[in-house]
Amino acid sequence: MNSDVRKDYKLEKRKYVIGGFVAVIVLIYIIRLFNLQVVSDKYKESADSNAFLKRVIYPSRGLIYDRNGKLVVFNKPAYDVMLIPKDVGEFDTVALCSALNLTREQLAEKWADMKNPRKNPGYSAYTPQKLISQLSIEDYGKFQEKLNLFPGFFVQKRTVRNYAYPAGANVLGNIREVSVGDIERDRYYRRGDYTGDLGIEKSYEKALRGEKGVEILMKDAYGRIKGKYENGIYDVSPESGRNLTLSLDIELQEYGEKLMANKIGAIVAIEPKTGEILALVTSPNYDPSLLVGKERGKNYADLVKDPYKPLFDRALQGAYPPGSTFKPTQGLILLQEGVVNLQTQYPCYHGYVNGLRVGCHAHASPIALKPALQTSCNAYFCWGLKNMIDKRGTTAAAQLTKWKNYMVEMGYGYRLGVDLPHESRGFIPNADFYSNSFRGANWSANTIISISIGQGEVLATPLQIANLSATIANRGYFYTPHVVKEIADSVIDPKYREKHSPKIKREYYEAVAEGMRMAVTGGTCRLANLPDIEVCGKTGTAQNPHGKDHSAFMGFAPYDDPKIAICVYVENAGFGAAYGVPIGSLMIEKYLTGKIRDSRKGIEERMFNSNTIISSGVTKH
Amino acid sequence: MESRNTDAGTSVFKSLDWITVFLYLILVMMGAVSIYAASYDFDNASLFDLNEFSGKQILWIGLSLIVGLVILLMDYRIYKIYAYPIYGLVLLILLVTIFIAPNTKGSHSWLVFGPVSLQPAEFGKFATALCLAKLFDSYNFVLNQKISNYFRALIIIFIPIILILLQRETGSALVYVSFIFVLYREGMSGLVLFSVLCAVTFFVVAVKFADPLILGIPLGEFTVFILIMLIFVCMILFYCRDGIIGRNLLFGFAGSGLVVTILSLCGISINGTIYFLSMIGLGIIYTAIMMFRHRIGKYLITIGFVATSVMFLYSVNYVFGNVLEPHQQLRIKVALGIEDNIMGAGYNVNQSKIAIGSGGVVGKGFLNGTQTKLKFVPEQHTDFIFCTIGEEEGFIGSVTVLLLYLVFILRIIHIAERQRTAFERVYAYCVVSILIFHLGINVGMVIGLCPVIGIPLPFFSYGGSSLWGFTILLFILLRLDAARKERTD
Repeated sequence: MNSDVRKDYKLEKRKYVIGGFVAVIVLIYIIRLFNLQVVSDKYKESADSNAFLKRVIYPSRGLIYDRNGKLVVFNKPAYDVMLIPKDVGEFDTVALCSALNLTREQLAEKWADMKNPRKNPGYSAYTPQKLISQLSIEDYGKFQEKLNLFPGFFVQKRTVRNYAYPAGANVLGNIREVSVGDIERDRYYRRGDYTGDLGIEKSYEKALRGEKGVEILMKDAYGRIKGKYENGIYDVSPESGRNLTLSLDIELQEYGEKLMANKIGAIVAIEPKTGEILALVTSPNYDPSLLVGKERGKNYADLVKDPYKPLFDRALQGAYPPGSTFKPTQGLILLQEGVVNLQTQYPCYHGYVNGLRVGCHAHASPIALKPALQTSCNAYFCWGLKNMIDKRGTTAAAQLTKWKNYMVEMGYGYRLGVDLPHESRGFIPNADFYSNSFRGANWSANTIISISIGQGEVLATPLQIANLSATIANRGYFYTPHVVKEIADSVIDPKYREKHSPKIKREYYEAVAEGMRMAVTGGTCRLANLPDIEVCGKTGTAQNPHGKDHSAFMGFAPYDDPKIAICVYVENAGFGAAYGVPIGSLMIEKYLTGKIRDSRKGIEERMFNSNTIISSGVTKH
Repeated sequence: MESRNTDAGTSVFKSLDWITVFLYLILVMMGAVSIYAASYDFDNASLFDLNEFSGKQILWIGLSLIVGLVILLMDYRIYKIYAYPIYGLVLLILLVTIFIAPNTKGSHSWLVFGPVSLQPAEFGKFATALCLAKLFDSYNFVLNQKISNYFRALIIIFIPIILILLQRETGSALVYVSFIFVLYREGMSGLVLFSVLCAVTFFVVAVKFADPLILGIPLGEFTVFILIMLIFVCMILFYCRDGIIGRNLLFGFAGSGLVVTILSLCGISINGTIYFLSMIGLGIIYTAIMMFRHRIGKYLITIGFVATSVMFLYSVNYVFGNVLEPHQQLRIKVALGIEDNIMGAGYNVNQSKIAIGSGGVVGKGFLNGTQTKLKFVPEQHTDFIFCTIGEEEGFIGSVTVLLLYLVFILRIIHIAERQRTAFERVYAYCVVSILIFHLGINVGMVIGLCPVIGIPLPFFSYGGSSLWGFTILLFILLRLDAARKERTD
């Protein structure tokens, strides 16, 4: 009974202190947990990077076919040697060198490059880093066998492009590793990804690249892979890139490149009814395979340094004086404006003589539009432009603006909008341009007279000239030229299905087409006169400040039901009839009949073997 | 004898505190499930697989229940009668352990019997609790009556501390410090408990906030000075119950503080050390002059407390820099968030914070935790088991567990207070103290608020010794509590 009575009621109250103390601790801990688990996001991210290895599964890039279903670009596997620096354990450097076919110095250099923050801004010891790119399948086999000797290393399978034809590099483009800028522009990319560079690889990058997949693997505290997370239900399978069908006829393209060998210039062939580009040749060019694989960097640098600029796509980017290929546009404008009719004749005294003189060659005088096109009479078009610009009751500026608007409708002066990067817009002067050039001084028709024959200030790309040809072939409309005909499971940009019609009557186009037909049957383009194909054409001999005249040809065939419209432009090759006509006609013949008749094999041979590059004034060092 | 035991056996279940038993069973089962989740290796091992921690834990739980049942069926009087011999025996085992235990991660605290290892320190707790209870139950023992009573109590507490420290198990040894709550409940001045809490708070604040500087002194020191001023005023107001001095001090401190604030805003900087020391000094002098009109004792205590606090503050830096060993400094710094050595000493804490933080509000779901399962958190099935709850059951789950412990501890306090003799009450408060310490330190270290001291979460953490130790501790209490009605003597 001793202790029972000793209950101290004052001390009993201390249970509240002790109980309260526990309650306060629990409360503090709950606040802390609230902060850790509910308020802060930092720990969730840390947890994911701790436990998950998100391995990217690269999609295969879309294949590229030509218009006849021939496979042009496909993929082949290549293997990148990757490593996570943090996980790299002790390994035998000599064994690694021999497995990778490298010398010690090369390995040390690659290693230093990987860690160099300038060359590899994304370096982190905790994320996969690329040590060596694009191992061949043989080297890959050797390395894979010994992979277990090198902790922290792994191999990432990639695909690189392979080209079935050594042609069309300017259209096809190539792929390169993404730059820091690419990554900043598009969140899709991660370091080491590939992206299209030049050509359709660039302009159709989004369709071709597909969607990357990701496989979520779990790793433990030692970095060992513990299998797929939740049996892969959160994995995303990669989606292959879309296959493209080109409008290009790869064999015609290859043939065009052969014809242009040792020449500087371009060929553009378009199917008039659709605006589909059949061939887009620039010369000199290069084998697209050069820009694949380990040697890409070196080859690319060589191409950049090449004085003939093979990377410069003259078909799209070359802005040339169109020369006499410009005359059909002038005829169309003059007719539509009522400056002339088909009977209107202008005199030609071996040229346009009216205070100044624009020379011409020998032909009948005076002359009407069709024969003027046939003989490529300079004087006719000079008179025509003069009469248009100097029209009474209006100003030269207003008339030139009208003129310019027609030119723009016909696709000159602005980018046509081809589905390839880096198109040039050429140049069509407007009234302001001349007011500025002459510093407010009066200018008149005579001042600007040379634009009527495609000289002077006007500049056009071979693509624009070919487009004109297609418009005439269609007798008054064109579709924006494009090189991609179909995108698998998708549609091409609707702008390539949109008909553009300059505000010029169909009958005038008919008249110009007739004039161009006459040029082939009995004018400047007689070399293109094939017995079974009614070719229409117009030559161009463009004076230029760089030396010998440029030789140009613009035409289409057949006359009644045009299947091909073409522009050939050869720099510093002399008369249009010298190179432009034969090359253009060979292209037409090849495309329409699939072969070159024996009687023309000689011309073909001559074109294959001729060399005009020597007269370009550019020398290779 | 036979029939008497049977009577006791049946009546014990009638008067058993089933609420506590129920809470115990919930905690133990949640622990087993968490251990299963923590050691689950995606290989779909069974909960009962004896090769896995969870399977073994189930076995330990089964054995614990048998031990608990045996304790309940035994006569309640043997604990009081054999309290000293039990204490002596356990001390002997602890002593022997120092010499025969193999080196396990630097400590000599595990006795190995073939496949089974036991940690005697876990059994020291109930033995010490029984011994302490017996001491307080001795005839006419009143703690505050004689200073020697304190010595006797402290000796009982410190012998196991020393023996366990010699086994190099600092964490387990520190648990015995929690008996300060028992001494407090049995009459030790609240000032002592208050002083200890203040010392811990001052230490943490002063060490943690070394910068930025305010009024030329570190933020931590500045804060402690403010706290000391507050305590000064509060003690005068509520402890000495002197409204006049209290009010004057309050106005003095607040007014001077306002002046200093305005001056420093105007660009005139006052040295903090001079300001605080002079204000507190003036306060002490003022109180000392005024106190002679009243009962001197409490004023003296207040002055002493304030003066000691200031001295303590100045000795903290010295102690921290010169007395503690570097690894202890590091552990404390990591726990206080000063040192951020993530791969080194902070690794455990950082990983456990990541695991808990990634759980979010509702958690990732049972067996879906990635951090604990992929072994990012060391000791996840033992000392860091709370991580598993935090990650898989989220904020809701971890708060539920904390509240369960709170209810559990409050229930034991309730049981303690309904005892009619000192023996049972002191024993119950020993249980309360041990649980508070384990819960506070274990959860605190897992969520990064306390230094990493390796002690288990009661009933949750994997391990037979710890589970048996806590089970014995608890079931002796339940047996004593159940006997309060059957006692006739």
